[in-house]
Order: sequence, then C-alpha cells, then structure tokens
Amino acid sequence: MAEIPLNECCYRLNHLDRSWDIDVYMANGGYEVWKKVLAGELTPQEIIDEVKTSNIRGRGGAGFPTGLKWSFMNRHAPGPKYILCNSDEGEPGTFKDRDILRYNPHQLIEGMMIAGYVIGANAGYNYIRGEFWEPYKRFDNAVKQAYEAGLLGKNILGSGWDFDLYTHLGAGAYICGEETALIESIEGKKGQPRFKPPFPASYGLYGRPTTINNTETLASIPMILAKGGKWFADLGVPGAGGTKIYAVSGHVEKPGNYEVRMGTPFKDLLSLAGGVWKGRKLKAVIPGGSSTAVLPAEKAMKMNMDYDSIAKAGSFLGAGSVIIMDETTDMVKALERLTWFYYEESCGQCTPCREGTGWMYRVVHRIRTGKGRPEDIEMLKDVSGKIMGRVICGLGDAASIPVASFLEHFEHEFRHYIEHGCSIYDRA
Amino acid sequence: MSEKNYQVIKGDVKARIDRWISQYPADQRQSAVMPALRIVQEVNGGYLTRELMDEVADYLGMAPMAVYEVATFYSMYEHKPVGKHKICMCTNISCMLRDADDLVEYLKEKLGVDVGEVTPDGRFSIKKVECLGACGEAPVAMIGKEYYGNLTRERLDELLDSLE
Ligand SMILES: Cc1cc2nc3c(=O)[nH]c(=O)nc-3n(C[C@H](O)[C@H](O)[C@H](O)COP(=O)(O)O)c2cc1C
Ligand code: SF4
Ligand code: FES
Repeated sequence: MAEIPLNECCYRLNHLDRSWDIDVYMANGGYEVWKKVLAGELTPQEIIDEVKTSNIRGRGGAGFPTGLKWSFMNRHAPGPKYILCNSDEGEPGTFKDRDILRYNPHQLIEGMMIAGYVIGANAGYNYIRGEFWEPYKRFDNAVKQAYEAGLLGKNILGSGWDFDLYTHLGAGAYICGEETALIESIEGKKGQPRFKPPFPASYGLYGRPTTINNTETLASIPMILAKGGKWFADLGVPGAGGTKIYAVSGHVEKPGNYEVRMGTPFKDLLSLAGGVWKGRKLKAVIPGGSSTAVLPAEKAMKMNMDYDSIAKAGSFLGAGSVIIMDETTDMVKALERLTWFYYEESCGQCTPCREGTGWMYRVVHRIRTGKGRPEDIEMLKDVSGKIMGRVICGLGDAASIPVASFLEHFEHEFRHYIEHGCSIYDRA
Repeated sequence: MSEKNYQVIKGDVKARIDRWISQYPADQRQSAVMPALRIVQEVNGGYLTRELMDEVADYLGMAPMAVYEVATFYSMYEHKPVGKHKICMCTNISCMLRDADDLVEYLKEKLGVDVGEVTPDGRFSIKKVECLGACGEAPVAMIGKEYYGNLTRERLDELLDSLE
C-alpha cells in the first residue's frame, strides 16, 4: 500500500495542541479568506465559481453539488435570509462532524460566514444534535472567540457587512437531520419534514430563503478558497472533488475517522483502520451509513471510495460512514436492529413509511426469533418496494434500502432462520 | 410577562432561557421551546411534568398542546422520574457489532432493574438509545452530558463506582 495522505482539509489541524482555539486557527491561515471576502477581493460570484470548480458534493448524504445549490439563492432579494449548518449527525455509523466541531470549529465558522455572505444571509444557525454537549461547548466557545476578534457581528472589520451566528441544540430525533424537519425544529415544532416544493431556497426558515449544508461541506469551503477550486478538484476523481472523511466503525482493529482523498481504494481504507479485527475475514460492508445498501466483501474489496465506484458496486457513498462486518456477523440480527431504528424514527406523517417500517421490523423480528414463515421473504421485498418513492422525505427510502439489499445478498441466511429457527452460525 | 408568578422560570433559570430566546427573531419566541424544555427538565431532576410544560407554554406564548407535541416528539425529554445518572446505552448497529447488547444485559443484572426503571436508591436508570454519533468508540454510553466509549463490563464497573 502506497503512503496515503491524511487530513488535508477539515482535519488538517486536528493533530495540534488546542486546535480548537482561535489563535491556533489564525496561526495556520485561518480567517484569511474571510478577510479577503470582506475586503471585496473575492466576490460572491467568484466564490460560487470556485466552489463549482472544486467539484465538491454535499457531505450530508445526498451528494448534491454545493456550488449549484448556492447559485439558487438570490443574494439581493430583500428581507432576511438564512444559512443553516446541519450538525445533526444521526445516521447510524456516522461520527465525522463531531470531530470537526471538537477539533476544528473555526474552519466551520469561517465556512458559514462565507456561505452566508454568498447567499446574502446576515444570520446563521448551526443545528447540533442535543447529545453533542461537548462538541456544542467547543463550537459555542469558538463562536465567542470569533465575536471577540471582531470577525462576527455588526459592520465586521468596517466592511459594512453584518453576520450573526448561533447554535440550535436538538433533543434526540434522527429525522431532524432531514433539512426541512431541521427547519421545523428550529421554529420550535416537531421535526416533521415539509412537502417539497417549495424548496428551502425560496421558503425556508421562518418562510425565508434558506440554504442548508452539512458541517463537512461548510468546513471544506475555506480550504477550497484558500488553495483554489482546482486544488480541491484534483485531490479527488472526475465525478467528485476533494478529500472525504470516512468514519470507519464495526469490526475493525482501529475504528475512527480517516480523511483521505476521494477515490481511495476501499481496501486501503480498511488497512488504515487496522483491517478486520481479531484476524477474521471480511463478510460485508455498509459503505455510506445505515441508509445505504450493504455489499458483500467481494464487491467491496474491488471498489474505490467515490460516488461512481460505490454506485457501480451497487451502493451509495452517502455520508461516508463505513460499517465493517466480519465473517461471524448474523445478518438477520443486523437487519433486525436497523429496521427497528427506522421504525422508531419515522415521524409518522406518511402512511407507507409509518406502517411499512413497523411491518418490516415485525417481520424481521419474527424471522430472527424463529417464528418466520416461508412467505415472509416475499412480503419483505414487497413492503420495502412499496415505500420507496411514495413518501415525503428520504427516510422512507432509507428504511427500505437496507431491507432490499440484505435480502439481495444474504437471503439464504433469512431462509435458514425460517427453516431451522436459528442462524447459520448456530450449531443446534 | 415578568409580573407573572412562575414556579420554575425565574432567577437563573429565566436568565438561561432568555439567553436562548434572544438568539431568535423577536417574533419567534417559540424557537426557544427546545432549550427551555431542556433547562426546566434539568432543574427538575431529569424529567418533565405537565406543570412545567404549561409554564414553558405560557412563558413562550405557545399553546400548551404545541409544547406537549415537542416534548413527546424528541427522545431526550423524559416524562417520568429517571435515575440521578441516566445511563443511555447505544445499541445501534456499530455498537451492536461490538457487543453493546451484552453490556445492557450486564447493567440490568448489576443494577437489578430493567430498561426504563430506576434503582431503588434513585441513583441509576438504564435507557437504550439510537446511534450517538460516536461509533468510532463503540460501544458507547451517554451519562448526563458525557460520552463514555470503548466500554466493557470492567469499564462499566469502574465508571459506576466513580459516579456518586
Ligand atoms: C432522514 C434523513 C436524515 C438526514 N440526516 C442528516 C444529517 O444528520 N446530517 C446532514 O448533514 N444531512 C442529513 N440529511 C441530508 C439533509 O437533508 C441535507 O440533504 C443535507 O444536510 C444538505 O447538506 P449538503 O448538501 O452539504 O450535504 C438527512 C436526510 C434525511 C432524509
Ligand atoms: S417518509 Fe417517513 S419520516 Fe419522512 S415524512 Fe414521511 S413518515 Fe415522516
Ligand atoms: S452505533 Fe453506537 S454510537 Fe453509533
């Protein structure tokens, strides 16, 4: 394995002592881009062009091109507009944004300032999940430091530009990571997704034009503008620029966050994470968080960690949350846990999602407890197929994809449970 | 509003809630309902009551029903007493792959209570939670505001001993 460059973007300071302090950030080029923007040396249009050149795609899971998203906003439209950062990080297997908040909060703040400026927003909120108390404190202190340094507030550095930055703390709900549920939550309501259109760019927070980006997306912006869109694009592959943080968890020796270049071979990422634990063999990989399709080892070992290559293997890059399963993993049990999660977290607005997630959990549970019936496999395929595309938000699809993909690749394990009442590993 | 006689939203608690209110537009006090509920829950020993929710509703100018909806939608709000230390064990996929279920069983055995119950001395309660966003340190638990990772039976023993 060739030497793999690590931590070139969002985690570039993580190895430094007190990397979360403004002094450390400024000693390493921090807020230089923001000062250039305020001095009029980088116009909103130039920033959008540079972000488009960088070929960065949203890191929250959907992979939407960020430059294009920003170009939907009319910065001269009258009245308030908002920039929101999505630090809800609730997708099982995902823990990358937490380390941006804890170790490099200023780069995220600078990214939010710049994004706000581009879209014409004088205020921004970072939505941090309620469980992230320590990351919230880090971020909140960093915001205070930025105010004290005169980089936030009114008439910043005499530029005439105002920007205020706040945090909104969640209180435990995966669905609030969905962008319109997140908006509802900031408005003080239940986190139920809105029907789209209208899209947030025209009707967002408090009914005002709003842009929402993931933490990693926004924290990448200062580096893209400091080093150039081309620099970022060239780190990646033609379909997607830059580095990407892969959060590797499950059955590996060294679980953790690895910020590597887009397109890094999966097998190299696995080696970085110390390989499969206990000297065991790889069985399966969920490459992008629990909502993305599981892949058998043979397919995973041949893919590279970028959108196109993972799609070719049959899954999705998602949030880059790589869940590793070794040769002893009971796939029925794993799916049972995932179906429970989606059932618990469905907001209940759409009948196919509310009822379907419950059905899927109950059927997988019945199979796992030895009460499965032969027709259950077809029923699961049928129910998962009936949710997709018939609901308001992405949670419905997210709940169906694991079911469909576990059955596609590991149906024999489900059949074994149905026929013998136990897992393929039980020597009854 | 200040002339009203609130039981809980006064003094320091009021000041804390007001700080949150101030970060939303003046006509959007409702946006502070989540922090307000968190704060009153905290000062009430970890759970909400009808009276507390009604007080929050009144203070923020919301319909009580709108506050109940929020308070029951989000999983971090509690509606019955919890232990002084609420042990929130993640049992989602990455923690499950690293034996979180065994730790839940161990806790139940050690504390002599089931999930959702409080120990007779009021010190501990156990809750199963969804992914805490720290799967690199699986299995993970949140106790109070702190995360504890790479848990084993032994680490849990030490941890529980260290908590008053
Ligand atoms: C059920 C559900 C949960 C989501 N959770 C998150 C999340 O925790 N963090 C996040 O950034 N995006 C999440 N998203 C995606 C957001 O809706 C949105 O696409 C994203 O924040 C946009 O930012 P980006 O373009 O920078 O990726 C979720 C989507 C769905 C449907
Ligand atoms: S798909 Fe599910 S989570 Fe999304 S809005 Fe409908 S019911 Fe709610
Ligand atoms: S699965 Fe337990 S912290 Fe993510």
